[in-house]
Amino acid sequence: MTSVTTAHSVVEPSVTTRRFAGSLVVLYAIITMIPLVWIMLTAFKSPDDAISYPPKVMFKPSLEGFCNLFTTRSRQTPEFIRSLGPPQGLCDGIARDRNMVVAGPSNYVPRFVNSLIIAFGSTVLAVALGTLSAYGFSRFRVPLKDDLLFFILSTRMMPPIAVAIPIYLMYRTIGLSDTRLGMILLYTSVNVSLAVWLLKGFIDEIPREYEEAAMIDGYTRFQAFVKVVLPQATTGIAATAIFCLIFAWNEYAFAVLLTSGNAQTAPPFIPIIIGEGGQDWPAVAAGTTLFLVPIVVFTVLLRKHLLRGITFGAVRK
Amino acid sequence: MAQIKVEALDKSFGSFHAVKSASFTVEDGQFLCLLGPSGCGKTTTLRMIAGLELPTAGTIRLDGEDVTMNRASARDIAFVFQLFALYPHMNVRRNIGFPLTCEGISAAERDRRVVEAARILRISHLLDRSVSGLAGGDRQRVALGRAIVRKPKCFLMDEPLGALDTEMREAMIHELRALHDRLGATTVYVTHDQLEAMAMADRIAVMNNGVVEQVASPRDIYDRPASLFVADFIGSPPMNFLPFRSGLQTGAEAIRLGERDVAIPAAREAMTESELVLGVRPEHVRFTDRGMVRGEVYGTEYLGTMQIVTVTTRYGALKARSPSSRSFRTGETVGLDFRPDTLSIFDKASGRAIRTALHDGGVHG
Repeated sequence: MTSVTTAHSVVEPSVTTRRFAGSLVVLYAIITMIPLVWIMLTAFKSPDDAISYPPKVMFKPSLEGFCNLFTTRSRQTPEFIRSLGPPQGLCDGIARDRNMVVAGPSNYVPRFVNSLIIAFGSTVLAVALGTLSAYGFSRFRVPLKDDLLFFILSTRMMPPIAVAIPIYLMYRTIGLSDTRLGMILLYTSVNVSLAVWLLKGFIDEIPREYEEAAMIDGYTRFQAFVKVVLPQATTGIAATAIFCLIFAWNEYAFAVLLTSGNAQTAPPFIPIIIGEGGQDWPAVAAGTTLFLVPIVVFTVLLRKHLLRGITFGAVRK
Repeated sequence: MAQIKVEALDKSFGSFHAVKSASFTVEDGQFLCLLGPSGCGKTTTLRMIAGLELPTAGTIRLDGEDVTMNRASARDIAFVFQLFALYPHMNVRRNIGFPLTCEGISAAERDRRVVEAARILRISHLLDRSVSGLAGGDRQRVALGRAIVRKPKCFLMDEPLGALDTEMREAMIHELRALHDRLGATTVYVTHDQLEAMAMADRIAVMNNGVVEQVASPRDIYDRPASLFVADFIGSPPMNFLPFRSGLQTGAEAIRLGERDVAIPAAREAMTESELVLGVRPEHVRFTDRGMVRGEVYGTEYLGTMQIVTVTTRYGALKARSPSSRSFRTGETVGLDFRPDTLSIFDKASGRAIRTALHDGGVHG
């Protein structure tokens, strides 16, 4: 019998290795996706299906969760409901089947809008401030540069919530409690340290020659920064923006503590839904599902930059 | 186009003294090479002329105007970087036109000048390409295009051929010189490659340890080096040095080397008894059986028509350039003679060249 020798590369992983690695990735993906998929399924279940045991994987989809999320309802006697005219829209119909009528819109939409304004506002601010300071740290001889950078980083060494009480008192005194501006400033100051450090890595990698060439060609330093440095830093800026947005979007502890009516964001609002008329899991799940959408959209839009941004630049050579 | 005058320029980075009292003048339309080993301060000097670094002391004049402390953008100069510094987010056309964009020139005029620059550099066919796909030589042409499109007062180039491969580099040397002859632009060109400097420059300023050692034409730099460093740095292989101890009288036409008299160009200055060095270019060494220096052949390097013969003598290893037709055996005893009118004499302590008849014709920087 003759032995068959196949040419194989020393550095390329073999087929078996690749299959094994591939199945590990798929397995991990499934494990992480299960809770997400479960939440999305629950959003379309009826309240009975949501709490049935054993859990139902196949069920009759219903929009009751979404209706309950967006409306407040009041319980009425069947006689009173019969005395009304035909149901006002889909949600009213669903409510009447449960002896209720729609009383008005819920607070979910204003809370969601608050979340959008606060998260995007603080992200824009943090990234803008971070880019400018990172450029300064990267290009100029700043006195005590290393100490300053360490100081900026040190603000992240304890959990932000450790300073919750002082901030609560401070905000109450200066009138920033329960305002969107207050929340934007708070999330900006938490995110700006991350932004400075991430972006400094990216800007360090852009050769100075580009700005020098532009400055010799007649541009001011600021013009050179805008026309030459920023376009080359888009990858880093996109990656940083996503990290900042995710933090501000998901932040719960400060939001619970500092907001109540005006500026409350979605994260502290969603669990409150559960208390309105029994354990309304489909409504909570519907709120969570919709809450995921902006981050997913933003990430998909910046996906091209993000993948490169996380692998390059963030790690300094 | 303009004259550049650099006077007593000094630059320190903390405790490191990068440039020490550098002075030279580049006349209108002249091509000056700043030549020296890495770390000698040539790039720092160029960056000070550009306005990318501010000098610690000294003045820089462009056409008589003191621009020492002016912003780079206010000096009206063009700079070509070693790594080209082409903006990756713009195509070739926008890269070349970028310096014009900030001057408020109309789009039509800008496009006309970009097309003209591209034509001169023969890259018209690349105008709408992205710069990231270009070969090294074409990238260099785009960088040059960005420099010439604005018609600046002068061009400053920092090792612009350093990132190219040898073949491309030789072609670009000729193109650059031809471009210079055509535009007549005052140019300061930094390089560590003496062949580039010799091939292109009208004048060469040789720098070492922050000091300008000599500013002269390539011929003078080679034939009449002003210091031991210049003699050693220029030429491949470099000049041979034979140390000896002697005094020197004005008008002396020979020195005592060992037991023999060696004829030299007549001395134009007197030296008291001190350590001196006789400098001989390898091509000025002749093989004769009755030569004044005897030694053993150590080895040969074959270079085609010529060969470099290394001979061990009592003065150390000497290199001689000889036609390849002559064959040498290793260990063979040979006599060496030097062409008297080409010899240089240096003061060993200061490294300075002693004035002799050799310098009579030349302009000494």
